[in-house]
Amino acid sequence: MTRETDPHRTATLSVRVWRGGGEGAYAVYDVPRRPSQTVLDVVTHIQRRIDPTLAYRYACRVGMCGSCAMTVNGRARWTCRTHVEAVAADDALTIGPLAHLPVIRDLVTDMREFFDKWARAKGQFAPTATRREEFARIVPESEARRAADAAIECIGCGICYASCDVVAWNRAYLGPAALNRAWTLHNDPRDGARTERLAAIAGDAGCHACHTHQSCTERCPKKLAPTASIAGLKREVARAVLAGELV
Amino acid sequence: MTMPRSGWRNRRHAGWWAFAVHRVSGVALALFLPLHFWVLSQALGGAAALDAVLAWTDQPLVRPSEVMLVLFLAVHLTGGVRLLIIEFGGWRESWQPTAIAVAGGAATLCALVFALNLG
Amino acid sequence: MSAARTQSFLWLAQRASAAVLAVCVVVHLATMIIAVRGGLTAAEILARTRGSVAWAAFYGVFVLAVAIHVPIGIRTVVAEMRGGHSRGVDGIALAFGVVLVVLGTRAIIAVTGA
Repeated sequence: MTRETDPHRTATLSVRVWRGGGEGAYAVYDVPRRPSQTVLDVVTHIQRRIDPTLAYRYACRVGMCGSCAMTVNGRARWTCRTHVEAVAADDALTIGPLAHLPVIRDLVTDMREFFDKWARAKGQFAPTATRREEFARIVPESEARRAADAAIECIGCGICYASCDVVAWNRAYLGPAALNRAWTLHNDPRDGARTERLAAIAGDAGCHACHTHQSCTERCPKKLAPTASIAGLKREVARAVLAGELV
Repeated sequence: MTMPRSGWRNRRHAGWWAFAVHRVSGVALALFLPLHFWVLSQALGGAAALDAVLAWTDQPLVRPSEVMLVLFLAVHLTGGVRLLIIEFGGWRESWQPTAIAVAGGAATLCALVFALNLG
Repeated sequence: MSAARTQSFLWLAQRASAAVLAVCVVVHLATMIIAVRGGLTAAEILARTRGSVAWAAFYGVFVLAVAIHVPIGIRTVVAEMRGGHSRGVDGIALAFGVVLVVLGTRAIIAVTGA
């Protein structure tokens, strides 16, 4: 007898979903259980079959875009890649918007602050060469490239940001994603904004605010380690301070 | 009600507990230090003056807090050394759980030795 | 000096003082475990520290490192309780540092003065 044919298992899930803005309440919906059901399937069922006023985001639904990130039973997850079986062991499911971001409505958050901090951390590549120069030669096994490669796969889903307590405690903190991106660029020899970027990510709102909780690393669906990137940034800032290079 | 923030189910991992212990022990030690310095400066009034204050610490309710403070000091030290290694020595994902366990174990051992020594 | 630079210096000072304290605390813990057998008396403490230049120097370094390490740590803790950093929080931390230096020096004089 498998879990799915077990007659004692309920045929419906009782799902609590956040409705409202920053102020609101959880509404309860009964959703039929299905094999291999994901949390995104549950939310979609509610919006299409029960309550069309429910607001939520998704796009690819195959774990590539990060749009469907929400808080599921207290933890930030990609809902398209979260099987109901894995998180609703006692048939209880609570779905809310990502934490630490203003709520526009229901499960939709305003991501502007997340991306503004990305920009403040100078998380953009600053080119130095033109089409007339030779191609840059990057050695894949070099320490710098390996450091960048370990952190480069971030798709900006916001799960680390929503999982980080320092983001909640220190409103100016740039957050794990922005700092992780800054680290990949710091390790790119083609980039021309090294000095400005180090100054941008240093200090009370930058890498020095990280307390190595490792919540970001625990929750990242791409298995990245922003904690490691931020530790690297701390090392590089210390080096720059001692060398008199930090502006 | 207001939208709940990141909850406690988000925090059940070793790295977070290591932080919590480090923060609690640090704040406890910071608050204890001025008291510690004040007690020691009683010696300015001679050995007898210091003894008078130390006698107060022999009370049965105060003894456990002495052991707690030693535990706080030891665990803040070991946890701090772990952080210094992460920040200056480099990150290896596989070492993290072991590092936390070693830090916690060494500190507890130290506090145990102190407690047993107290007699 | 820019804010980022000052704050980076503070962080570095806290880590440097942490390294110094790691040594001091190991010595301090060892001393406590060896010295505190079945209770502690003033005579036991003072017999070791009275008139000792070595202990005075050791505790001098200890107090200095503590006066750097603790206020910078407290600064972060208080800032996070209030949602972010501010000049007021800096002031609290600085004041606490001064208190530690004054009381700490007094304590050293008390136990090492001949």
